[in-house]
Amino acid sequence: MLELAEPLPQTPLQRAAAARDLEAATILPGRAEDLVYEAGGRRLIDGLELRLEAGPLTVLVGPNGAGKSLLLRLLHGLIEPSAGQLHWAGRAPGKETRRRQAMVFQRPVMLRRSAAANLHYALRAKGLDGLPLAELARDWLARAGLAELAGRPARLLSGGEQQRLAVARALSTGPEVLFLDEPTASLDPASALAIEELILEARAAGTKIVLVTHDLGQARRLADEVVFLYRGRVEAQAPAERFFDDPISDKARAFVAGRIVV
Amino acid sequence: MIRRLFLTLTLTATLLLGAPLDPRADERFITLQSTTSTQNSGLFDHILPRFTEATGIAVRVVAVGTGQALKNGRNGDGDVLLVHAKAAEEKFVAEGFGVARHDVMYNDFVLVGPAEDPAGIEDLRDAPAALARIAAAESPFVSRGDDSGTHKKELALWRATEVEPAAVSGTWYRETGQGMGATLNAAVGMGAYAMTDRGTWISFKNKAGHAVLVEGDARLFNQYGVILVNPAKHARVKAADGQAFIDWLTGPAGQAAIADFTLDGKQLFYPNAKGDGTS
Amino acid sequence: MQDFAAAFALAFGLIAEGDAALLEIIWLSLRVSVTAVLIACAFGLPLGAALAVARFPGRGAIVTLLNALMGLPPVVVGLMVYLILSNAGPLGVLGLLYTPTAMIIAQTLLVTPIVAALTRQVIEDLHGEYDEQLRSLGVERLAATATLLWDGRYSLLTVALAGFGRAIAEVGAVMIVGGNINHVTRVMTTAIALETSKGELGLALALGIILVGLAVFVNGCVMSLRAGAGRAAYA
Repeated sequence: MLELAEPLPQTPLQRAAAARDLEAATILPGRAEDLVYEAGGRRLIDGLELRLEAGPLTVLVGPNGAGKSLLLRLLHGLIEPSAGQLHWAGRAPGKETRRRQAMVFQRPVMLRRSAAANLHYALRAKGLDGLPLAELARDWLARAGLAELAGRPARLLSGGEQQRLAVARALSTGPEVLFLDEPTASLDPASALAIEELILEARAAGTKIVLVTHDLGQARRLADEVVFLYRGRVEAQAPAERFFDDPISDKARAFVAGRIVV
Repeated sequence: MIRRLFLTLTLTATLLLGAPLDPRADERFITLQSTTSTQNSGLFDHILPRFTEATGIAVRVVAVGTGQALKNGRNGDGDVLLVHAKAAEEKFVAEGFGVARHDVMYNDFVLVGPAEDPAGIEDLRDAPAALARIAAAESPFVSRGDDSGTHKKELALWRATEVEPAAVSGTWYRETGQGMGATLNAAVGMGAYAMTDRGTWISFKNKAGHAVLVEGDARLFNQYGVILVNPAKHARVKAADGQAFIDWLTGPAGQAAIADFTLDGKQLFYPNAKGDGTS
Repeated sequence: MQDFAAAFALAFGLIAEGDAALLEIIWLSLRVSVTAVLIACAFGLPLGAALAVARFPGRGAIVTLLNALMGLPPVVVGLMVYLILSNAGPLGVLGLLYTPTAMIIAQTLLVTPIVAALTRQVIEDLHGEYDEQLRSLGVERLAATATLLWDGRYSLLTVALAGFGRAIAEVGAVMIVGGNINHVTRVMTTAIALETSKGELGLALALGIILVGLAVFVNGCVMSLRAGAGRAAYA
């Protein structure tokens, strides 16, 4: 499917996307069938069914303990399911699929080095080197509004700056799927806004976003599609507009209405 | 960055290891297994430079108790032994670990104790009798307890009494298991009696109120002997240089050097090598 | 108290004088202990990091053993090294007994368990923080371990210092395998033991004060390196 006559991609994002296209066929859609995860004798994910299509920005919502963070880790292949099926375009989660994904954790993990070096590290892990690496890192620091802080030790950045760096670090590797686990929890509104903008840009560039959030306002702002998780199962999955109009299940309705759901 | 760390580490390691660790590795030397008493007295500092000057052979002294010196000699960890426990030395040679034993010098042992002398042994000429008095008074007595030449001599003296020190060890009879100096420190610290060679006592700097109370008994005679470790047992023994040291030590130059070593005007060791080179 | 004052005065006098014999002993002490710590780090850091990251049957037992070995008595280590390096021992032909090399070997054996056990602790904590992020980035196990060691470098400096403290202060091992030979294997601790046995308690104490000062100096150098590099950010 290569168009050799095509001009060289201009932006680093396009370049990364091109590299991604070259690398292999898509890993989408992702599918979970009768997925189970047990820990300490408890079924934390309990026969979960889910389909993640290319395109829409998927927001995972649900009460505490519904299994949202666990589901992200299962999808990313960081933990192994106890039973059931999980695959990305037919492939089991693992090193291969993880290479095409990235994840931003609720508490950003900042390596003990400069902001720029944090980006360099991620890019080097993906096999980049030399000038392309440096350019890509500089570009992403600028996008995250951290250009001036490139040399600052990452752990001395503010919470918002750290999370922006974490998002930039994840996106810089050109993932096909980006998981975000409550990336703006406990951030000030300005930082949250900056991160939402980075997320929307990534979606516009074609990255499949799977976002866990507690913030219904954020869900309304960002979601194309909402997945409502309840007690380790998908209670509802619907396009965002329809979900917020008519949340399908009683639990979801109560949740959207802001009532406490346990 | 990791590469830089490794580079730094490797560089430091190379610098430290690469530089000659033992700047005297090329030196021509013999290893002398000797006793703490000779080392602590300063005798070696006085005589060894003369030998080195005369022959170009340096002498590295490992100072341990006579018992350990003999054991190290059995393992071949040394070329020459200078020790003071004649019976054990002769056994060492008889078993083939040493070539021959030669008398070198002597001094004597003394009993030291607190000036108050609670057991009343001062001016006794009979060492076993003095020890018996200490036992009777149950005054604290500190023993080397380390199988050294001094310790062997002390046990021989106890055998001439009715007292069995092993039976009362831990009560008034206390074994330090350490060198002469450490044992004297202990004796001074607890106001106890002790037996020491005179050389160590004269040079000992922490006498506090302690003094020599018993001396002059013929049984307190302290003979030092020198032995070449048998190269037939351990090929690495430097037999020629070791023998050169023995010849020098028992010859006129070495004997004179021993004789003119004094501390505070007192002679510490008396040369008594036989001219014919045998004991 | 007079003794202490006199010992301090003597210590400063010796340093001010720049006594050649003293400098030789200090230099050898540093050479032996620093070299031993570097070698111990070369083995102990990877070993500790591997134990922190790997999961295998018997790992708990190894960790317990390693922690216990931190308390290895120097005399026992000295004795083991003596028996091996003795002319009657298996490595006698190397002729290493009563050399600084023998002292380095003994101190390395003494310090390696300390470095490995403390490294395991440091790296295990860091591993808990980094593990998911590094796996998410697709970093291989070996590269991840190297990252943990690098990012833990300032904590690991403290680990190395703990090892150095143990090495520079021990007397039992170096006395046995070094023999305390003047100008060849005499280090600070064996010199202190010798002066004590001569009853030169003031001089022994003065040497002890210098030894402590030396340890403080080395610690100060390393810690200032650590502080200069942005302690809050990297530690």
